[in-house]
Amino acid sequence: MFRSAPPAPSGRRRLLDAARALTTPLLPEDFLTLVDPLWSTSSLRGRVVARRRETDRAVSVTIEPGRAWAGHRAGQYVGVGVDVDGVRYRRSYSLSGPEGSEHLTVTVQEVPGGVVSTRLVRDLPIGTIVELEQASGTFTLPEPLPSKLLFVTAGSGITPVMSMLRTLDRRGTVPDTVLVHSARTPEDTIFGAELAGLAARHPSLRVVTRHSAVTGRLDPASVDAAVPDRAGRAIYACGPAGLLDALTEAWDGVVAERFTPPARAAEGTGGTVDLGGSAVEVAPGQSLLEAGEAAGRIMPSGCRMGICFGCVLPLREGRVRDLRTGEAHGEPGDLVQTCVNSACGTARIDLP
Amino acid sequence: MTATLDTPATGAEPGPEETGRVRQPQRPVLELVPSSRREDVVATTDLTAEQIEELGRRLDAIRDRVLAERGASDAAYIRDVIRKQRALEIGGRALLFAGVLPPAWIAGTAMLSIAKILENMEIGHNVMHGQWDWMRDPKIHSSTWEWDNVSSSAEWKHSHNYMHHTYTNVVGKDRDVGYGILRLSEEQKWNPYYLGNPVYNFLLSLFFEYGVALHDLEVEKLVAGEKPWSRVWQQIKSIGRKAGRQILKDYVAFPALAGPFFLPVLAGNLTANVVRNVWSHAVIFCGHFPTGAVQFGEEQLDDESRGEWYVRQLLGSANLDGGRYFHLMTGQLSFQIEHHLFPDLPSNRYAEIAPEVRALCEEYGLEYTSGPLWKQYLQVLGTINRLALPNGKR
Ligand SMILES: Cc1cc2nc3c(=O)[nH]c(=O)nc-3n(C[C@H](O)[C@H](O)[C@H](O)COP(=O)(O)OP(=O)(O)OC[C@H]3O[C@@H](n4cnc5c(N)ncnc54)[C@H](O)[C@@H]3O)c2cc1C
Ligand code: FES
Repeated sequence: MFRSAPPAPSGRRRLLDAARALTTPLLPEDFLTLVDPLWSTSSLRGRVVARRRETDRAVSVTIEPGRAWAGHRAGQYVGVGVDVDGVRYRRSYSLSGPEGSEHLTVTVQEVPGGVVSTRLVRDLPIGTIVELEQASGTFTLPEPLPSKLLFVTAGSGITPVMSMLRTLDRRGTVPDTVLVHSARTPEDTIFGAELAGLAARHPSLRVVTRHSAVTGRLDPASVDAAVPDRAGRAIYACGPAGLLDALTEAWDGVVAERFTPPARAAEGTGGTVDLGGSAVEVAPGQSLLEAGEAAGRIMPSGCRMGICFGCVLPLREGRVRDLRTGEAHGEPGDLVQTCVNSACGTARIDLP
Repeated sequence: MTATLDTPATGAEPGPEETGRVRQPQRPVLELVPSSRREDVVATTDLTAEQIEELGRRLDAIRDRVLAERGASDAAYIRDVIRKQRALEIGGRALLFAGVLPPAWIAGTAMLSIAKILENMEIGHNVMHGQWDWMRDPKIHSSTWEWDNVSSSAEWKHSHNYMHHTYTNVVGKDRDVGYGILRLSEEQKWNPYYLGNPVYNFLLSLFFEYGVALHDLEVEKLVAGEKPWSRVWQQIKSIGRKAGRQILKDYVAFPALAGPFFLPVLAGNLTANVVRNVWSHAVIFCGHFPTGAVQFGEEQLDDESRGEWYVRQLLGSANLDGGRYFHLMTGQLSFQIEHHLFPDLPSNRYAEIAPEVRALCEEYGLEYTSGPLWKQYLQVLGTINRLALPNGKR
């Protein structure tokens, strides 16, 4: 579950509050959204209005957000909740459109076997309603702008940088900037033509495209070779974990955006769980509920055997292991039954 | 055969299908307390512990299959029911505004009654069981749902999902046996108060939602000193808040909005609430108390295995026969047996697995109680009348 949208303006809010007397225990919006799902004021949603194929494996999806959408800064990402086989999955996607756009656009590259990216890239019908979270993230251009910039990107890592370049292009002032972008092949280069066009229009922008199928993977040395004055530039990097690790190790001050969490240690059952603000050790095979109670936490519970759902709590970080199936599962925001789930490494869970 | 099955098959000849199997040491399988209906039961529980565990595994297999199949069409089903229910509610309330015209009043009241029944039964009850939690849609989730009823979700999830579904038909533990008001089992000691059984039942049926809300208070525990006053007071405040909002909506806000048509709207809303109450009371009572549904003693809970738990749920519940729309209106509680075996499987699947469960029951010689609503309801009323008297025998 995402954080809720900011409250509506006060006049409208008062009207809605009055209308609540007529709709209790539901909200007026539960009826209004029968007409248009975007009229929700308590949760933010969007409607897919356009899809544009960028490459064989990537698609830009344009979404009309509900009125609570607060806009984004170039480089930020948005939480998107999409239903696949009836189940809501939530993933983050960088916004590729420029700052100030009315609709929001994300550019998604298919991850083989990926649940959400394959859905978004292959068959998300126009008109689909998705759940949205407000934009967030600190991978943004500082104000004032540094005089010299270097972007290093690979694969779908170009998306937040594209938003920055489009924003600078709109403002008409592109500082001395180099973009080193790597994709597998020319056909696989997202925004290839647009990047060339931008470079042609702005003499201060130099775009270096590399194709890993031809010249191998990007590394710090090859960037240095392509950008002799690298040392004087503010560096922004986004791409696979391997590239980011190499860059941040080689150079100081790299601002990096990761699309995948750093590799996790072995996911053995048991671990340390932050339960409502303090750490609780969960023994292998012990349920979160048992561990929490043993540590003196006040935990909601009921049947303690997985049938009454009196014990569900929101998972904020990490994963849990289902004691019934032995399977590790969970994403931030999932509500987990604490009586039938154990820890799986470290995790954070909110208490009511 | 003795009434209490404390010596089931020990030393008995292995049945034909058991020959060659390693026989586990036997232990009491089902300890059924003497109950008025025990004659129906004795023959049905003549199973070995092994057989019961095997039955449990086969039921688990049904559950696993449905879990694996659960997907987009199920999600579409509940969303569709919710949409239609809300449309019915809007339509019904709109028609009631023209309620000075008798046909509009009748149609509006009927639509609103149906909307309220769907909301409580097929949507609220099942969502709060976590049947739709797998969708991970916060709008259709057991932890966020609040229903159109005076008892609050939180209280109800405790008394229903936990107390009733864990201790189904265990007299003294399952407070749904009689709702603390009625005498529904011979195990409940008779006293003159119970002479009013039929009257209490009639009133409970009319004001069922209030009965359920007060039921959550567990007043008898307060009297016994097992529950502090502070907790009860907190619950009373919560019920008061919830009931206040419900009363304000149906008996003040909507009638007031109708201006000169205040009375027809008020009468329509009142009628819809009563219709909903009478209907849910009937469906719920027919799920556990007709002839054939078994009650248990607290000993049953000691070391109860998964298989035994299943058997208790099976024997303690009763189904209702009917068509598709009838099942929808009961919130699929017409498949009470399947619901009690698998309280968190999506309700739209019960109809599909019912034949398999019935076949299993036949195979294992367990009673699968099912009948038409009118017949089951007459049986329930019969029991209520009979138990008004000290040793009311059939
Ligand atoms: C801040 C942020 C911004 C992001 N912006 C974008 C974006 O603009 N465009 C975009 O396409 N994606 C972006 N992602 C990645 C995106 O959130 C998903 O992780 C990705 O689409 C895969 O999700 P999935 O459901 O298809 O795969 P899953 O079903 O979750 O995973 C399938 C397999 O793929 C692996 N995997 C997961 N993510 C990636 C990945 N990014 N690259 C390679 N392998 C992966 C998993 O480890 C797993 O083994 C961003 C992620 C973050 C955290
Ligand atoms: S306490 Fe019952 S599901 Fe967790």
